[in-house]
Amino acid sequence: MARRLLAALLVPVWLACALAAGGVAANEALPLARDPALEARVMGIAAELRCLVCQNETVAASQSALAQDLRRQIGTRLVAGESPDQIREFMVERYGEFVLYRPAFNGITALLWTGPFVLLAGALWVFRRNLRGRSAGDAGLSADERLRAQRLLDEGGGRT
Amino acid sequence: MKRTALPLLVFGVLVAFMAAGLTLKPREVPSPLIGKPAPAFSLPLLDAPQQKLSAADLRGKVWLLNVWASWCVACRLEHPLVLAAAKTGAVPIYGLNYKDRRADAVGWLEKFGNPYVSSVSDTEGLVGIDFGVYGVPETFVIDKQGVVRHKVIGPLTTEILRDTVLPLVRKLDG
Repeated sequence: MARRLLAALLVPVWLACALAAGGVAANEALPLARDPALEARVMGIAAELRCLVCQNETVAASQSALAQDLRRQIGTRLVAGESPDQIREFMVERYGEFVLYRPAFNGITALLWTGPFVLLAGALWVFRRNLRGRSAGDAGLSADERLRAQRLLDEGGGRT
Repeated sequence: MKRTALPLLVFGVLVAFMAAGLTLKPREVPSPLIGKPAPAFSLPLLDAPQQKLSAADLRGKVWLLNVWASWCVACRLEHPLVLAAAKTGAVPIYGLNYKDRRADAVGWLEKFGNPYVSSVSDTEGLVGIDFGVYGVPETFVIDKQGVVRHKVIGPLTTEILRDTVLPLVRKLDG
């Protein structure tokens, strides 16, 4: 129990250590930074890759050691003549489809891509049905209902 | 009755999705390497840098690859467990010393004990990238054919070792 608690407490530490790794090992500047055209291509690819250390950041934006290493990898591979698609494939082979901010459309991601549109269509359908129901309901009171309402009003008036 | 049924249904579905979401661990990204051959590597041994160890040398036995570093705080948390597991001799444990300085790594092992048959130095972190390492410590279970069978992200715990890793090793060994 105590060990589990300790583990729970240390998970943030573990994340922080992963983040801080750059402080020890990988803080040297990108050797590719001197070529702005290449740098722009690297950032273009990195902007669509998820940094696994800070999951809501892109590899382009993250300052984690891993993101720096991955940017360097992208640069090395571009220089070696690989296409952006080949580089994305390289990342997916290692970190899974999760690294792609724009995942390919396939069996697993079909719901992800179509889900919002299906929901929107469903909502519109419900909305239209409600509108129609409301206009049909405004037809007024039947003679019976009018009589009952009158009676209720009379009763209420009698009491005050 | 019918009027309330639809919103209630939508609400129920929403709650079901959220409840399922609470049980997920977004930090633990499933590795695409599971069921695939472990990436080939050939790296210098930590304690004898002129010698190299490659993944191919380890064919024919089930082994664990534990990714660690002297700068990694959580590695110290799991370290007693790794030492204890190594002592039982249930499975050979190899270390991948990830993005570390050699002197720091050697000192760390001297101070806290060395559970590894061997550790290899991945100073640049390139083998780490091949293994899809993103949160040290990580531990891989690799079978006799050199296929990755399981990956633990983050520190090992008694439960993970007892309930997942060691039973899997026994199954692969048998």
